[in-house]
Amino acid sequence: MTEPATIARLRLGWRVATAVEIREVTPTARTIVFDVPGWPGHAAGQHVDVKLTSSDGYSAQRSYSIAAPADGDRVELTVQRLPGGEVSSYLVDELVVGDQLELRGPIGGWFTWHGTETMPVLLVAGGSGIVPIMTMVRQRARIADPPPFTLLYSVRTPADIYYDAELRSRPGLDVTILFTRKAFGTNRPAGRIGPDDLAAARPSGMDARTYICGPTSFVETVSVLLLAQGQNPGTIRTERFGPSGGR
Amino acid sequence: MSTISDSDHIDGNGAAGPFSEALGIDATNAVLTCARCARPSRFAEARVYDGAGLVARCPECTSVLGRLVSTPTDAWLDLRGAASIRVALPGGTPR
Ligand SMILES: Cc1cc2nc3c(=O)[nH]c(=O)nc-3n(C[C@H](O)[C@H](O)[C@H](O)COP(=O)(O)OP(=O)(O)OC[C@H]3O[C@@H](n4cnc5c(N)ncnc54)[C@H](O)[C@@H]3O)c2cc1C
Ligand SMILES: [Zn+2]
Repeated sequence: MTEPATIARLRLGWRVATAVEIREVTPTARTIVFDVPGWPGHAAGQHVDVKLTSSDGYSAQRSYSIAAPADGDRVELTVQRLPGGEVSSYLVDELVVGDQLELRGPIGGWFTWHGTETMPVLLVAGGSGIVPIMTMVRQRARIADPPPFTLLYSVRTPADIYYDAELRSRPGLDVTILFTRKAFGTNRPAGRIGPDDLAAARPSGMDARTYICGPTSFVETVSVLLLAQGQNPGTIRTERFGPSGGR
Repeated sequence: MSTISDSDHIDGNGAAGPFSEALGIDATNAVLTCARCARPSRFAEARVYDGAGLVARCPECTSVLGRLVSTPTDAWLDLRGAASIRVALPGGTPR
């Protein structure tokens, strides 16, 4: 078959990835750095598909966001262990440095921030939905004169915060952490994200380019609330992790 | 079985791997016009259910836009629920 010459053919083959570094993030989540020879680079917000194949040929495939900006052949993921989760419990509990798996990517050209956009940015993350958003935060730190970033991050308890120290030390990043189960160090009682949380975070005067990521129900809730507050739908980009993800 | 509920789906971003592989281009920025309600939507915003294959539904009316069934050797992409598919050409400005 011939291909239309005008459309860039996407190369999405599976590549072998070797785990080279593992860092604990919370008691139930860890960051795994893979070495992926020939990795073409990626934009903040993109993800990979990971494939695990057992010796009898059975394979399972899941998507994981890339947790850090492009850095040669290194691809960093942060994975939350779900109770009974087939792939996440392997990645969090069993994988050791030196292990190999297959991944493909980078995937996704919509939920991305390149650093060339000038609009203020509002980031809204639920649970492990912080992962692609953290890459945007880290990407921002690499550029001169970045636009203002505001982050609303919803987690169950203080023990569930990813990248805690780093979030608190990023200059020019306005971070509010919302606790859904057990609050700490805040006057806001524990509870799900609501209209007041969003109203307080939205920059006044203009709509911010908004990225929402987390469990599907979290993303739906936040999108509906922002639209109800009159935000232009064209400024909102979402990524749904599915029923899981934790928050 | 895919039932319409509020949380058991992902979106076109999450399903971009298999759809992009089958289409040979980044699927997320493709604009699909729903054959039922005529709303154009970016594939990134479709609701995607994992059932009999991956089923992408219109974010407006939830009608099926497309269905992808993958086997180890083939990808079957059924797009009869989309009246048209618009794909940006390289050289245009990415948005
Ligand atoms: C685009 C995209 C990016 C993603 N990025 C990330 C990421 O960066 N990090 C990350 O950790 N995940 C991410 N996910 C989610 C990830 O793809 C998997 O869905 C997740 O790891 C679960 O897979 P699993 O095989 O462990 O669980 P599965 O075996 O597929 O099934 C989940 C099981 O876990 C249990 N479960 C499901 N939901 C819950 C819940 N809310 N609470 C308790 N138990 C539950 C149930 O028993 C269920 O059967 C992303 C998803 C998408 C679509
Ligand atoms: Zn429709």
